[in-house]
This record gives sequence, structure tokens and C-alpha cells, in this order.
Amino acid sequence: MASKQREVLLDPLINNNPIALQVLGLCSALAVTTKMSTAFVMSVAVVAVTALSNTAISLIRNLVPSNIRIIVQLTIIASLVIITDQVLQAFVYDISKQLTVFVGLIITNCIIMGRAEAFAMQNPPGLSFIDGLGNGLGYGLVLMAVAFMRELFGSGKLFGVTIMPLVTEGGWYQPNGLMLLAPAAFFLIGLFIWVVRSWKPEQVEEDFHVGALLEPGHQGNLR
Amino acid sequence: MQHNTAYIIGFSTLVCVVCALFVSIAEVSLRPLRERNIRMDRQKNVLAVAGLMQPGEALDGDEIERRFEGFIRPVLIDLASGEENTTMDPTQFDQRAASRDPSRSSKAPPNPSKVLRVPYQALIYEVAKDGELDSIIIPIQGYGLWSVLYGYLALAPDIRTIRGITYYDQKETAGLGGEVENPNWKAKWVGRKAFDERGRVKITVAKGPAGPPETDPYRVDGLSGATITSRGVTNMLQFWLGKQGFGPYLTRLRSEAGA
Repeated sequence: MASKQREVLLDPLINNNPIALQVLGLCSALAVTTKMSTAFVMSVAVVAVTALSNTAISLIRNLVPSNIRIIVQLTIIASLVIITDQVLQAFVYDISKQLTVFVGLIITNCIIMGRAEAFAMQNPPGLSFIDGLGNGLGYGLVLMAVAFMRELFGSGKLFGVTIMPLVTEGGWYQPNGLMLLAPAAFFLIGLFIWVVRSWKPEQVEEDFHVGALLEPGHQGNLR
Repeated sequence: MQHNTAYIIGFSTLVCVVCALFVSIAEVSLRPLRERNIRMDRQKNVLAVAGLMQPGEALDGDEIERRFEGFIRPVLIDLASGEENTTMDPTQFDQRAASRDPSRSSKAPPNPSKVLRVPYQALIYEVAKDGELDSIIIPIQGYGLWSVLYGYLALAPDIRTIRGITYYDQKETAGLGGEVENPNWKAKWVGRKAFDERGRVKITVAKGPAGPPETDPYRVDGLSGATITSRGVTNMLQFWLGKQGFGPYLTRLRSEAGA
């Protein structure tokens, strides 16, 4: 694989992770990570949608009138999400029931539109496909890491297989109920961001204070 | 890039047509698989509420069908008379379709469950274990907060004691009203009484916790953060166990059991 392709694929995993650095797509990361099986199916769905939407949008990037490009991107992404939802209902019905509305909400996952607008509109289809794959995987990586901690410490299981038998079922492990609640994902993602930024200090944003906006010659942007 | 208006309209039309084409192909080609999954899921819910399947037990499609056919007899009931309808084939009966068909259903009086039409016939399941009637399972449906909840209620042969409740189709808020699908909450129903000694519908979903079934038989824990869904559950039980619903049928069974 050429170095450019490798960079596009691997960069979003750690160096430019959509959740950890770009802080996008958190809503679903909180909702579907109590179990590894749902997190896994969600990750696969997001990888498929980002990769395919990036490819499709890149293919028509030179034909799209720029003043309607956002709605065109949204139409393509929404269609892909509907198709993904149908495929999940056909092949993994139980998990699709547990994912409830969150498959449909992939449409509003900022990662996908962010990559369409920031990457696929400027780059050829092959590279855009790889970029979509990389960003989907970066999202999936965080999802799986969070789900691993939540399922292991919240219910003593991994992929539904008992690792630490619960007290309520005659074992020894007293589960941490907090892990099953949405805030646990916040704490874990916070810790994840902390770890990544301690390892790669270049990801730390410069100190920012609102007063800076008022200073002459300010070029910064609010996140 | 600047384009004229005709190009923009033409381009957006083309995008819509192509996207619609893909969505339609997916919808039509996957429909048989989806429908089979939905049927399996419903049968699985019937098995679960009948206690023929342990919570969390994973069954494949063939095993579901085998248990379903082994223990469960579908019976069509004429709701108004409470008698069994032997002229129609229960396996071909679709209650939702019947409820929409004016020739097979009647308008329901205004009710808090927002049930609009009641079918003339309804499909129930008799569960037999070792040749003895173990429970009967009736379908229930009614409005919660956002959606109609569809489920089943299982009653013991005394036609008072609840064997279980389950919901297989609902679109309530995930984590709040959606907790009607939570196995822990469903387990709280087992052993409570739907009717009092005189056969009046008595069961309600409480606001807050309820006592154990022995001392507090007519109340079930409310779902926290889901008052309206909880009330919807109470309302639909009142409706379907009452005289517009399965009341005549259940009264007949009760008198037969008592005789």
C-alpha cells in the first residue's frame, strides 16, 4: 500500500481519531456501548456507511453544484443508512432491535458528514473510500474499547460470555452498576482522550480563553 | 462551481431517483427475510411469556418453531361472545390487518389506550404442559407516549394470576419507556393478580415501587422516568381484560374452571 493510502487509513485510528481528537459522534458512543455485541454491529454499520458515502460523494464531487452540495451529501448518506438498517433487520434482527433508533441516527453522526465535506469533496474515490474506512474504524475502535470496559465491569461479561461470575448468579463479582449507565461512557471517553493526549502531547489544544476572541487579530475558532 | 438553475434541478432529481432506486431494491429484496425475523421474534415472545424459554436463552429458528408447535395451540376467539371460532384458520389470521378491515372489526368506544378498532376475532394461545392447560396468552396493544405498544399477557388457568408479560414491538424512549422490554421489569409481573375475587380488572402499574406479589398483588413497579408509558400499560390491560376486549372469553373460562 502506498504511503499516502496508509496514512489516510491509519491516521484516524489514533493520531486524528474522530471521537478522541475531533470529538464527533459521541451520542451513539454513549448509547450503544453497554454490550460489545451491539457496539460491534454499530461499528460495522458506521464503517460501511462512512466508506460508501465517501466513495459515492467523491465520485460525483465534480458534478455537484456547490450551493446544494450539503443536501446532496445528506440524501446519499440517508439512503445508505436506510439500506444498512434494512440489512441489519434482515440478518441480525435481535441486535438491530437493541440498537433501536441509533442505526437511523447514523445519519446525524457528524463523522460521516464531516468526512464527506472535508475529504471526499476534494479527493478521488479510492482514497475517499480508504478515508471513510479509517474514520469508521477509528470510531469503532473507541466504541469497542468503551464497550469492553462497560460490559466487563458492568455485567462481568464479554460478548455475552461470562468472564467474572456475578454475585447475583452465585459468583464473586459485584458488578459496577454505573458502568451500565450512559455517564460511564463519558468518563471512559474522557479517560481515553487523556491517555491518548498524554501519549501524543501534540493533540493538546492550546490554552484557550474566551477573552482571546476579543483580542485584535484573533483568528481562532471556537470548538 | 456555478451552474444554471436547470442543471441544479436536473442534478438533484437524478440524485433522488438513484437513491430511491437503491432504497427500494434493498427494501423489496430483503423483505422476506425481515418478515421471517419478525414472525420468529413474535413466536419467541410467546415462548418467553409462557415460560417455555429461559431469559437470555438463545434459540435458532428451527428450535423456536419446534417448541412453538409442541406446546402451543393457537385459538381464534369471537371476542363478543367469548366462544372459540372454529370456522376460520388461526394460522392465517393477522390481527392488525383484521383491525383495519371494516368488515372484520368494529369501532371501539373512546378509550385511554387509543385503541381505534376492535377486531371481531382475536388470536390467543393455549399453552399445554404434560397435557394440562398451563396458561393462556392474550395479545395486548395500546398507546404509550410515542407509539403503540404490542405485547402479550400470560394468565394462569385460574384466570387471575399473571404468568408473564412481554412487549415485542414499541417505539418508546430507549432507556425510559423502552424499559418495558427489560427482563427485570417483566419478571416483576409474575405471580401478581390481574383480577380481584369478583372478576374485576384490578392490576395497575404503580407510580414508584410496589410490594411483593403476596402482599401487593394488584400493583407492579412503575418505570422510572416513564410515567406515561406506565399509565399506557395500565390502560391497555384495563381495556383488553375488560368487556370490550377479552372479558367475555375470560369470564367463560373462569366459570368453566370454577364449575
